[in-house]
Amino acid sequence: MEEDFKPGEPVIEVRDLYKSFGDLHVLQGVNLTVTKGENMVVLGRSGTGKSVLIKIMVGLLKQDRGDCIVLGQEVSKLEGNDLRDLRLKIGFSFQNSALYDSMTVRENLEFPLVRNIPNLTRAEIDEQVEYVLDAVGLLQTINQVPAELSGGQRKRIGIARTLILKPEIMLYDEPTAGLDPITCLEINELINEVKEKYQTTSIIITHDLTCARETGDRIAMLLDGKFLKTGTFEEVFDTDEERIKSFYDYNFIQ
Amino acid sequence: MSANKKQFVYGKNLDNALLAVYDAYVFFIRFFREVFRGRMEFQEIVRQCYAIGNRSLLLISLTGFITGMVFTKQSRPSLSEFGATSWLPSLVAIAIVRALAPLVTALISAGKIGSSIGAELGSMRVTEQIDAMEVSAVNPFKFLVVTRVVACTIAIPVLMFYCSLVSLLGAFLNVTLNEGTSFIAFFENAFEQITFLDIWTSVAKAIAYGFTIGIVGSYQGYNASKGTEGVGKAANSAVVTSMFLIFIEEVIIVQVSNYFRI
Repeated sequence: MEEDFKPGEPVIEVRDLYKSFGDLHVLQGVNLTVTKGENMVVLGRSGTGKSVLIKIMVGLLKQDRGDCIVLGQEVSKLEGNDLRDLRLKIGFSFQNSALYDSMTVRENLEFPLVRNIPNLTRAEIDEQVEYVLDAVGLLQTINQVPAELSGGQRKRIGIARTLILKPEIMLYDEPTAGLDPITCLEINELINEVKEKYQTTSIIITHDLTCARETGDRIAMLLDGKFLKTGTFEEVFDTDEERIKSFYDYNFIQ
Repeated sequence: MSANKKQFVYGKNLDNALLAVYDAYVFFIRFFREVFRGRMEFQEIVRQCYAIGNRSLLLISLTGFITGMVFTKQSRPSLSEFGATSWLPSLVAIAIVRALAPLVTALISAGKIGSSIGAELGSMRVTEQIDAMEVSAVNPFKFLVVTRVVACTIAIPVLMFYCSLVSLLGAFLNVTLNEGTSFIAFFENAFEQITFLDIWTSVAKAIAYGFTIGIVGSYQGYNASKGTEGVGKAANSAVVTSMFLIFIEEVIIVQVSNYFRI
Protein backbone atom coordinates (compact mmCIF):
# COMPACT_ATOMS: atom_id res chain seq x y z
CA MET A 1 0.00 0.00 0.00
CA GLU A 2 1.70 3.19 -1.22
CA GLU A 3 0.87 6.30 0.76
CA ASP A 4 2.08 9.79 -0.02
CA PHE A 5 2.84 11.76 3.11
CA LYS A 6 2.72 15.53 3.08
CA PRO A 7 4.99 17.71 5.24
CA GLY A 8 3.68 17.78 8.80
CA GLU A 9 1.91 14.41 8.52
CA PRO A 10 3.15 11.68 10.87
CA VAL A 11 5.39 9.12 9.12
CA ILE A 12 6.51 7.36 12.31
CA GLU A 13 4.13 6.69 15.18
CA VAL A 14 5.14 4.81 18.30
CA ARG A 15 2.37 4.05 20.76
CA ASP A 16 2.76 2.58 24.23
CA LEU A 17 5.81 0.54 23.22
CA TYR A 18 7.34 -2.00 25.62
CA LYS A 19 10.51 -4.03 25.18
CA SER A 20 12.38 -6.15 27.71
CA PHE A 21 15.43 -8.39 27.54
CA GLY A 22 14.87 -10.96 30.28
CA ASP A 23 14.59 -9.02 33.51
CA LEU A 24 15.86 -5.82 31.93
CA HIS A 25 12.90 -3.61 31.03
CA VAL A 26 14.31 -1.25 28.41
CA LEU A 27 11.28 0.49 26.96
CA GLN A 28 8.31 0.98 29.25
CA GLY A 29 5.42 2.59 27.39
CA VAL A 30 7.17 4.81 24.87
CA ASN A 31 5.12 7.23 22.73
CA LEU A 32 6.58 9.21 19.85
CA THR A 33 5.38 10.87 16.65
CA VAL A 34 7.71 12.03 13.90
CA THR A 35 6.28 14.09 11.06
CA LYS A 36 7.42 14.19 7.45
CA GLY A 37 10.54 16.25 6.86
CA GLU A 38 11.35 16.50 10.56
CA ASN A 39 14.67 15.75 12.26
CA MET A 40 13.80 14.19 15.62
CA VAL A 41 16.62 13.66 18.09
CA VAL A 42 16.22 10.94 20.70
CA LEU A 43 18.46 11.90 23.57
CA GLY A 44 19.38 9.81 26.55
CA ARG A 45 22.12 8.11 28.51
CA SER A 46 23.78 4.93 27.26
CA GLY A 47 21.73 1.79 27.81
CA THR A 48 18.36 3.56 27.97
CA GLY A 49 17.01 1.78 24.88
CA LYS A 50 17.48 4.47 22.23
CA SER A 51 19.03 2.07 19.70
CA VAL A 52 16.46 -0.60 20.60
CA LEU A 53 13.73 1.85 19.61
CA ILE A 54 15.07 2.43 16.08
CA LYS A 55 15.88 -1.26 15.64
CA ILE A 56 12.21 -1.98 16.27
CA MET A 57 11.30 0.64 13.63
CA VAL A 58 13.29 -1.22 11.00
CA GLY A 59 12.20 -4.72 12.04
CA LEU A 60 15.52 -5.89 13.48
CA LEU A 61 13.83 -6.36 16.88
CA LYS A 62 10.21 -6.98 17.80
CA GLN A 63 8.44 -5.14 20.57
CA ASP A 64 6.78 -7.05 23.43
CA ARG A 65 3.75 -4.77 23.39
CA GLY A 66 2.50 -1.60 21.70
CA ASP A 67 2.51 -0.27 18.14
CA CYS A 68 5.30 0.93 15.90
CA ILE A 69 3.84 2.34 12.71
CA VAL A 70 6.25 3.45 10.00
CA LEU A 71 4.94 4.94 6.74
CA GLY A 72 1.47 3.73 7.67
CA GLN A 73 2.46 0.12 8.34
CA GLU A 74 2.80 -1.75 11.64
CA VAL A 75 6.39 -3.01 11.33
CA SER A 76 6.03 -6.08 13.55
CA LYS A 77 3.29 -7.47 11.30
CA LEU A 78 5.35 -7.20 8.10
CA GLU A 79 7.13 -10.19 6.61
CA GLY A 80 8.90 -11.16 3.38
CA ASN A 81 8.50 -8.73 0.51
CA ASP A 82 6.39 -6.26 2.53
CA LEU A 83 9.15 -5.86 5.10
CA ARG A 84 11.72 -5.66 2.31
CA ASP A 85 9.74 -2.90 0.58
CA LEU A 86 9.52 -0.91 3.80
CA ARG A 87 13.24 -1.32 4.48
CA LEU A 88 14.00 0.06 1.02
CA LYS A 89 12.46 3.33 2.20
CA ILE A 90 14.48 3.45 5.43
CA GLY A 91 18.17 4.19 5.69
CA PHE A 92 19.91 2.96 8.84
CA SER A 93 23.29 4.37 9.80
CA PHE A 94 24.92 2.10 12.40
CA GLN A 95 26.89 3.30 15.39
CA ASN A 96 30.06 1.52 14.26
CA SER A 97 29.23 2.11 10.56
CA ALA A 98 28.97 -1.68 9.91
CA LEU A 99 30.83 -1.42 6.60
CA TYR A 100 31.52 -4.77 4.90
CA ASP A 101 35.21 -5.03 5.68
CA SER A 102 36.03 -7.53 2.94
CA MET A 103 34.77 -5.11 0.27
CA THR A 104 36.09 -1.81 -1.08
CA VAL A 105 34.07 1.39 -0.62
CA ARG A 106 32.76 1.02 -4.18
CA GLU A 107 31.64 -2.58 -3.51
CA ASN A 108 30.04 -1.53 -0.20
CA LEU A 109 27.90 0.99 -2.04
CA GLU A 110 27.15 -1.26 -5.02
CA PHE A 111 26.09 -4.14 -2.80
CA PRO A 112 22.58 -2.93 -1.83
CA LEU A 113 22.11 -1.13 -5.16
CA VAL A 114 22.59 -4.05 -7.55
CA ARG A 115 20.60 -6.41 -5.36
CA ASN A 116 17.60 -4.14 -5.01
CA ILE A 117 17.56 -2.49 -8.43
CA PRO A 118 18.47 -5.22 -10.92
CA ASN A 119 19.31 -4.63 -14.59
CA LEU A 120 21.30 -1.45 -13.99
CA THR A 121 24.09 -0.94 -16.50
CA ARG A 122 27.70 -0.60 -15.33
CA ALA A 123 27.60 3.11 -16.23
CA GLU A 124 24.42 3.68 -14.18
CA ILE A 125 25.91 1.88 -11.16
CA ASP A 126 29.12 3.92 -11.37
CA GLU A 127 27.18 7.14 -11.75
CA GLN A 128 25.05 6.51 -8.66
CA VAL A 129 27.99 5.34 -6.54
CA GLU A 130 30.02 8.39 -7.48
CA TYR A 131 27.06 10.72 -6.87
CA VAL A 132 26.49 9.61 -3.27
CA LEU A 133 30.21 9.50 -2.53
CA ASP A 134 30.47 13.05 -3.82
CA ALA A 135 27.49 14.00 -1.63
CA VAL A 136 29.38 12.85 1.48
CA GLY A 137 32.63 14.36 0.20
CA LEU A 138 34.59 11.12 -0.07
CA LEU A 139 34.85 10.36 -3.77
CA GLN A 140 38.61 9.90 -3.43
CA THR A 141 38.17 6.85 -1.16
CA ILE A 142 36.24 4.84 -3.76
CA ASN A 143 38.85 2.09 -4.13
CA GLN A 144 39.91 1.91 -0.48
CA VAL A 145 38.85 -0.78 1.99
CA PRO A 146 37.20 0.19 5.33
CA ALA A 147 40.37 -0.64 7.30
CA GLU A 148 42.13 2.23 5.52
CA LEU A 149 39.50 4.82 6.53
CA SER A 150 39.26 7.02 9.63
CA GLY A 151 36.28 6.82 12.02
CA GLY A 152 34.65 9.92 10.50
CA GLN A 153 35.16 8.65 6.97
CA ARG A 154 33.59 5.31 7.92
CA LYS A 155 30.52 7.11 9.29
CA ARG A 156 30.19 9.10 6.06
CA ILE A 157 30.55 6.00 3.89
CA GLY A 158 27.96 4.25 6.07
CA ILE A 159 25.58 7.16 5.46
CA ALA A 160 26.40 7.11 1.72
CA ARG A 161 25.57 3.40 1.58
CA THR A 162 22.10 4.09 2.94
CA LEU A 163 21.59 7.12 0.66
CA ILE A 164 22.23 5.11 -2.48
CA LEU A 165 18.73 3.60 -2.17
CA LYS A 166 17.20 7.10 -1.81
CA PRO A 167 15.41 6.47 1.50
CA GLU A 168 12.45 8.50 2.76
CA ILE A 169 13.46 8.00 6.39
CA MET A 170 16.96 8.10 7.88
CA LEU A 171 17.75 6.51 11.23
CA TYR A 172 21.11 7.55 12.67
CA ASP A 173 22.42 5.49 15.57
CA GLU A 174 24.92 7.61 17.55
CA PRO A 175 26.34 9.38 14.46
CA THR A 176 28.98 11.31 16.42
CA ALA A 177 30.01 8.68 18.97
CA GLY A 178 33.76 8.24 19.24
CA LEU A 179 34.64 11.13 16.90
CA ASP A 180 36.71 14.24 17.55
CA PRO A 181 34.83 17.58 17.91
CA ILE A 182 35.70 18.82 14.40
CA THR A 183 34.56 15.58 12.76
CA CYS A 184 31.40 15.71 14.91
CA LEU A 185 30.59 19.12 13.46
CA GLU A 186 31.16 17.78 9.93
CA ILE A 187 28.82 14.87 10.59
CA ASN A 188 26.17 17.24 12.01
CA GLU A 189 26.44 19.34 8.84
CA LEU A 190 26.14 16.22 6.73
CA ILE A 191 22.96 15.16 8.54
CA ASN A 192 21.44 18.57 7.80
CA GLU A 193 22.61 18.42 4.17
CA VAL A 194 21.06 15.00 3.74
CA LYS A 195 17.76 16.35 5.04
CA GLU A 196 17.82 19.23 2.55
CA LYS A 197 19.09 17.29 -0.45
CA TYR A 198 17.12 14.06 -0.05
CA GLN A 199 14.04 15.49 1.73
CA THR A 200 14.30 12.84 4.43
CA THR A 201 12.57 12.45 7.75
CA SER A 202 15.18 11.50 10.35
CA ILE A 203 15.57 10.11 13.81
CA ILE A 204 18.96 10.81 15.33
CA ILE A 205 19.93 8.76 18.35
CA THR A 206 22.57 10.46 20.43
CA HIS A 207 23.77 11.45 23.87
CA ASP A 208 25.73 14.38 22.40
CA LEU A 209 23.95 17.68 23.13
CA THR A 210 25.83 19.60 20.44
CA CYS A 211 24.67 17.08 17.86
CA ALA A 212 21.12 17.33 19.24
CA ARG A 213 21.13 21.14 19.08
CA GLU A 214 22.69 21.30 15.59
CA THR A 215 20.57 18.65 13.90
CA GLY A 216 17.28 18.35 15.77
CA ASP A 217 14.04 20.15 14.93
CA ARG A 218 12.63 18.49 18.03
CA ILE A 219 14.20 16.53 20.84
CA ALA A 220 12.77 13.67 22.86
CA MET A 221 14.46 12.92 26.14
CA LEU A 222 14.43 9.20 26.99
CA LEU A 223 14.94 8.32 30.63
CA ASP A 224 14.02 5.18 32.56
CA GLY A 225 12.27 3.61 29.56
CA LYS A 226 9.97 6.56 28.85
CA PHE A 227 10.11 9.91 27.11
CA LEU A 228 10.41 12.45 29.88
CA LYS A 229 10.02 15.51 27.72
CA THR A 230 9.61 16.30 24.00
CA GLY A 231 10.00 19.65 22.25
CA THR A 232 12.59 22.00 20.80
CA PHE A 233 16.05 22.09 22.37
CA GLU A 234 15.14 25.15 24.43
CA GLU A 235 11.77 23.70 25.51
CA VAL A 236 13.34 20.46 26.69
CA PHE A 237 16.17 22.04 28.66
CA ASP A 238 14.23 24.97 30.08
CA THR A 239 13.11 22.86 33.00
CA ASP A 240 13.42 22.26 36.71
CA GLU A 241 13.44 18.49 36.24
CA GLU A 242 16.63 17.44 38.03
CA ARG A 243 17.53 14.51 35.76
CA ILE A 244 17.32 16.64 32.60
CA LYS A 245 19.28 19.45 34.20
CA SER A 246 22.04 17.11 35.35
CA PHE A 247 22.22 15.55 31.86
CA TYR A 248 22.62 19.04 30.37
CA ASP A 249 25.21 20.17 32.90
CA TYR A 250 27.27 17.02 32.66
CA ASN A 251 27.26 17.11 28.85
CA PHE A 252 28.47 20.68 28.60
CA ILE A 253 31.01 20.37 31.40
CA GLN A 254 32.37 17.38 29.46
CA MET B 1 11.89 -9.98 41.33
CA SER B 2 11.13 -13.66 41.84
CA ALA B 3 7.95 -13.31 39.77
CA ASN B 4 10.15 -12.47 36.77
CA LYS B 5 12.38 -15.50 37.23
CA LYS B 6 12.58 -17.67 34.13
CA GLN B 7 10.69 -20.95 34.42
CA PHE B 8 12.27 -24.09 32.92
CA VAL B 9 10.36 -27.13 31.67
CA TYR B 10 13.03 -29.84 32.18
CA GLY B 11 15.72 -27.78 33.91
CA LYS B 12 18.06 -25.11 32.59
CA ASN B 13 20.64 -27.31 30.82
CA LEU B 14 18.21 -29.68 29.12
CA ASP B 15 15.92 -26.83 28.08
CA ASN B 16 18.87 -24.97 26.56
CA ALA B 17 20.08 -28.10 24.76
CA LEU B 18 16.62 -28.76 23.30
CA LEU B 19 16.31 -25.13 22.23
CA ALA B 20 19.72 -25.32 20.54
CA VAL B 21 18.64 -28.45 18.62
CA TYR B 22 15.43 -26.71 17.57
CA ASP B 23 17.36 -23.60 16.44
CA ALA B 24 19.72 -25.77 14.39
CA TYR B 25 16.74 -27.55 12.82
CA VAL B 26 15.11 -24.22 11.87
CA PHE B 27 18.42 -23.03 10.36
CA PHE B 28 18.76 -26.29 8.39
CA ILE B 29 15.21 -26.04 7.00
CA ARG B 30 15.72 -22.36 6.18
CA PHE B 31 18.75 -23.31 4.06
CA PHE B 32 16.64 -25.58 1.83
CA ARG B 33 13.90 -22.95 1.60
CA GLU B 34 16.31 -20.18 0.64
CA VAL B 35 18.48 -22.19 -1.75
CA PHE B 36 15.69 -22.48 -4.31
CA ARG B 37 14.20 -19.04 -3.73
CA GLY B 38 15.15 -15.88 -5.61
CA ARG B 39 18.33 -15.06 -7.47
CA MET B 40 21.32 -17.36 -6.90
CA GLU B 41 24.58 -15.56 -6.04
CA PHE B 42 26.74 -17.52 -8.55
CA GLN B 43 29.63 -15.07 -8.44
CA GLU B 44 29.86 -15.36 -4.66
CA ILE B 45 29.65 -19.18 -4.84
CA VAL B 46 32.57 -19.26 -7.31
CA ARG B 47 34.52 -16.86 -5.07
CA GLN B 48 33.87 -19.06 -2.03
CA CYS B 49 34.86 -22.24 -3.94
CA TYR B 50 38.13 -20.58 -4.91
CA ALA B 51 38.72 -19.42 -1.33
CA ILE B 52 38.05 -22.92 0.04
CA GLY B 53 40.42 -24.56 -2.47
CA ASN B 54 43.04 -21.90 -1.98
CA ARG B 55 42.91 -22.15 1.82
CA SER B 56 43.26 -25.92 2.08
CA LEU B 57 45.15 -27.11 -1.02
CA LEU B 58 48.65 -27.01 0.47
CA LEU B 59 47.62 -28.65 3.73
CA ILE B 60 45.65 -31.38 1.94
CA SER B 61 48.59 -32.01 -0.43
CA LEU B 62 50.98 -32.50 2.46
CA THR B 63 48.62 -34.52 4.66
CA GLY B 64 47.40 -36.67 1.78
CA PHE B 65 50.90 -37.46 0.58
CA ILE B 66 52.13 -38.37 4.07
CA THR B 67 49.02 -40.47 4.79
CA GLY B 68 49.52 -42.51 1.60
CA MET B 69 53.20 -43.04 2.29
CA VAL B 70 52.85 -43.91 5.98
CA PHE B 71 49.87 -46.20 5.46
CA THR B 72 51.84 -48.15 2.82
CA LYS B 73 54.88 -48.36 5.08
CA GLN B 74 52.78 -49.62 8.02
CA SER B 75 50.92 -52.20 5.93
CA ARG B 76 54.02 -53.77 4.33
CA PRO B 77 55.23 -55.88 7.33
CA SER B 78 51.85 -57.62 7.74
CA LEU B 79 51.57 -58.41 4.05
CA SER B 80 55.18 -59.54 3.71
CA GLU B 81 54.60 -62.13 6.45
CA PHE B 82 52.30 -63.89 3.98
CA GLY B 83 54.48 -63.05 0.97
CA ALA B 84 51.72 -60.81 -0.34
CA THR B 85 53.50 -57.49 -0.83
CA SER B 86 52.28 -57.48 -4.44
CA TRP B 87 48.84 -56.78 -3.00
CA LEU B 88 50.04 -53.52 -1.45
CA PRO B 89 48.89 -51.21 -4.29
CA SER B 90 45.33 -52.55 -4.31
CA LEU B 91 45.11 -52.67 -0.50
CA VAL B 92 46.35 -49.10 -0.19
CA ALA B 93 44.11 -47.88 -3.03
CA ILE B 94 41.00 -49.42 -1.43
CA ALA B 95 41.86 -47.88 1.94
CA ILE B 96 42.55 -44.47 0.41
CA VAL B 97 39.53 -44.30 -1.87
CA ARG B 98 37.03 -45.82 0.57
CA ALA B 99 38.09 -44.21 3.83
CA LEU B 100 41.31 -42.26 4.14
CA ALA B 101 40.93 -39.59 1.44
CA PRO B 102 37.35 -38.56 2.36
CA LEU B 103 38.18 -38.49 6.06
CA VAL B 104 41.50 -36.68 5.76
CA THR B 105 39.92 -34.08 3.44
CA ALA B 106 36.95 -33.63 5.74
CA LEU B 107 38.98 -33.28 8.93
CA ILE B 108 41.46 -30.84 7.40
CA SER B 109 38.58 -28.83 5.89
CA ALA B 110 36.63 -28.82 9.15
CA GLY B 111 39.67 -27.29 10.88
CA LYS B 112 40.62 -24.89 8.13
CA ILE B 113 37.34 -23.96 6.40
CA GLY B 114 34.77 -24.60 9.14
CA SER B 115 36.62 -22.43 11.62
CA SER B 116 37.13 -19.66 9.09
CA ILE B 117 33.43 -19.61 8.14
CA GLY B 118 32.47 -19.55 11.83
CA ALA B 119 34.89 -16.72 12.61
CA GLU B 120 34.07 -14.70 9.50
CA LEU B 121 30.29 -14.81 9.94
CA GLY B 122 30.66 -14.43 13.71
CA SER B 123 32.64 -11.26 13.33
CA MET B 124 30.13 -9.96 10.77
CA ARG B 125 27.36 -10.65 13.28
CA VAL B 126 29.00 -8.89 16.23
CA THR B 127 30.01 -5.85 14.14
CA GLU B 128 26.41 -5.54 12.85
CA GLN B 129 27.40 -6.18 9.21
CA ILE B 130 24.69 -8.85 8.96
CA ASP B 131 22.12 -6.41 10.39
CA ALA B 132 23.33 -3.81 7.87
CA MET B 133 22.59 -6.23 5.03
CA GLU B 134 19.17 -6.95 6.46
CA VAL B 135 18.15 -3.29 6.80
CA SER B 136 19.33 -2.54 3.27
CA ALA B 137 16.73 -5.08 2.08
CA VAL B 138 19.33 -7.72 1.13
CA ASN B 139 18.79 -11.27 2.37
CA PRO B 140 21.97 -11.98 4.39
CA PHE B 141 21.12 -15.66 4.75
CA LYS B 142 21.05 -16.11 0.98
CA PHE B 143 24.24 -14.13 0.41
CA LEU B 144 26.32 -15.40 3.32
CA VAL B 145 25.01 -18.83 4.33
CA VAL B 146 23.62 -20.38 1.14
CA THR B 147 26.70 -19.45 -0.89
CA ARG B 148 29.12 -20.86 1.68
CA VAL B 149 27.22 -24.13 2.18
CA VAL B 150 26.85 -24.67 -1.58
CA ALA B 151 30.53 -23.84 -2.14
CA CYS B 152 31.62 -26.34 0.56
CA THR B 153 29.34 -29.02 -0.89
CA ILE B 154 30.93 -28.53 -4.33
CA ALA B 155 34.55 -27.91 -3.31
CA ILE B 156 35.07 -30.68 -0.71
CA PRO B 157 34.37 -33.56 -3.21
CA VAL B 158 36.86 -31.96 -5.64
CA LEU B 159 39.42 -31.69 -2.83
CA MET B 160 38.68 -35.30 -1.89
CA PHE B 161 39.57 -36.51 -5.43
CA TYR B 162 42.73 -34.43 -5.29
CA CYS B 163 43.60 -35.89 -1.88
CA SER B 164 43.08 -39.46 -3.22
CA LEU B 165 45.46 -38.76 -6.08
CA VAL B 166 48.15 -37.23 -3.86
CA SER B 167 47.82 -40.08 -1.31
CA LEU B 168 48.23 -42.65 -4.09
CA LEU B 169 51.34 -40.82 -5.26
CA GLY B 170 52.70 -41.02 -1.72
CA ALA B 171 51.92 -44.73 -1.65
CA PHE B 172 53.54 -45.21 -5.08
CA LEU B 173 56.72 -43.47 -3.92
CA ASN B 174 57.01 -45.86 -0.98
CA VAL B 175 56.25 -48.95 -3.09
CA THR B 176 58.60 -48.01 -5.90
CA LEU B 177 61.44 -47.30 -3.47
CA ASN B 178 61.01 -50.70 -1.79
CA GLU B 179 59.79 -53.02 -4.54
CA GLY B 180 60.85 -51.07 -7.64
CA THR B 181 57.31 -51.26 -9.07
CA SER B 182 56.74 -49.08 -12.14
CA PHE B 183 54.24 -46.23 -12.22
CA ILE B 184 51.92 -47.99 -14.69
CA ALA B 185 52.09 -51.34 -12.88
CA PHE B 186 51.31 -49.68 -9.54
CA PHE B 187 48.26 -47.82 -10.78
CA GLU B 188 46.96 -50.79 -12.84
CA ASN B 189 47.17 -52.92 -9.72
CA ALA B 190 45.71 -50.17 -7.54
CA PHE B 191 42.62 -49.50 -9.65
CA GLU B 192 41.94 -53.20 -10.36
CA GLN B 193 40.09 -53.60 -7.08
CA ILE B 194 38.32 -50.21 -7.05
CA THR B 195 34.66 -50.45 -8.02
CA PHE B 196 32.16 -47.78 -9.01
CA LEU B 197 30.44 -48.32 -5.68
CA ASP B 198 33.68 -47.34 -3.92
CA ILE B 199 33.93 -44.14 -5.91
CA TRP B 200 30.27 -43.23 -5.51
CA THR B 201 30.43 -43.93 -1.79
CA SER B 202 33.42 -41.61 -1.49
CA VAL B 203 31.63 -38.92 -3.46
CA ALA B 204 28.54 -39.31 -1.27
CA LYS B 205 30.72 -39.02 1.85
CA ALA B 206 32.51 -35.93 0.54
CA ILE B 207 29.21 -34.26 -0.35
CA ALA B 208 27.80 -35.02 3.10
CA TYR B 209 30.99 -33.82 4.83
CA GLY B 210 31.14 -30.66 2.71
CA PHE B 211 27.53 -29.82 3.46
CA THR B 212 28.09 -30.49 7.17
CA ILE B 213 31.20 -28.28 7.37
CA GLY B 214 29.41 -25.46 5.53
CA ILE B 215 26.15 -25.56 7.46
CA VAL B 216 27.72 -26.05 10.91
CA GLY B 217 30.28 -23.25 10.36
CA SER B 218 27.57 -20.94 9.04
CA TYR B 219 25.16 -21.78 11.87
CA GLN B 220 27.75 -21.11 14.56
CA GLY B 221 28.93 -17.86 12.96
CA TYR B 222 25.50 -16.55 12.00
CA ASN B 223 24.25 -16.99 15.56
CA ALA B 224 27.37 -15.70 17.32
CA SER B 225 26.89 -13.25 20.17
CA LYS B 226 28.76 -11.57 23.01
CA GLY B 227 31.47 -9.75 21.04
CA THR B 228 34.92 -11.13 20.35
CA GLU B 229 34.44 -13.95 22.84
CA GLY B 230 31.46 -15.09 20.77
CA VAL B 231 33.54 -15.08 17.57
CA GLY B 232 36.14 -17.37 19.15
CA LYS B 233 33.41 -19.63 20.47
CA ALA B 234 31.74 -19.79 17.04
CA ALA B 235 34.98 -20.79 15.33
CA ASN B 236 35.74 -23.41 17.97
CA SER B 237 32.22 -24.90 17.98
CA ALA B 238 32.24 -25.00 14.18
CA VAL B 239 35.29 -27.29 14.22
CA VAL B 240 34.28 -29.51 17.13
CA THR B 241 30.66 -29.99 16.04
CA SER B 242 31.45 -30.66 12.38
CA MET B 243 34.19 -33.19 13.28
CA PHE B 244 31.78 -35.00 15.59
CA LEU B 245 29.06 -35.08 12.91
CA ILE B 246 31.56 -36.21 10.24
CA PHE B 247 32.41 -39.34 12.27
CA ILE B 248 28.72 -40.12 12.77
CA GLU B 249 28.10 -39.72 9.03
CA GLU B 250 31.12 -41.94 8.28
CA VAL B 251 29.60 -44.78 10.30
CA ILE B 252 26.18 -44.40 8.67
CA ILE B 253 27.48 -44.17 5.08
CA VAL B 254 29.81 -47.17 5.56
CA GLN B 255 26.89 -49.22 6.88
CA VAL B 256 24.72 -48.27 3.91
CA SER B 257 27.46 -48.90 1.33
CA ASN B 258 28.28 -52.30 2.88
CA TYR B 259 24.61 -53.23 2.52
CA PHE B 260 24.86 -52.57 -1.26
CA ARG B 261 28.24 -54.32 -1.49
CA ILE B 262 26.71 -57.60 -0.27
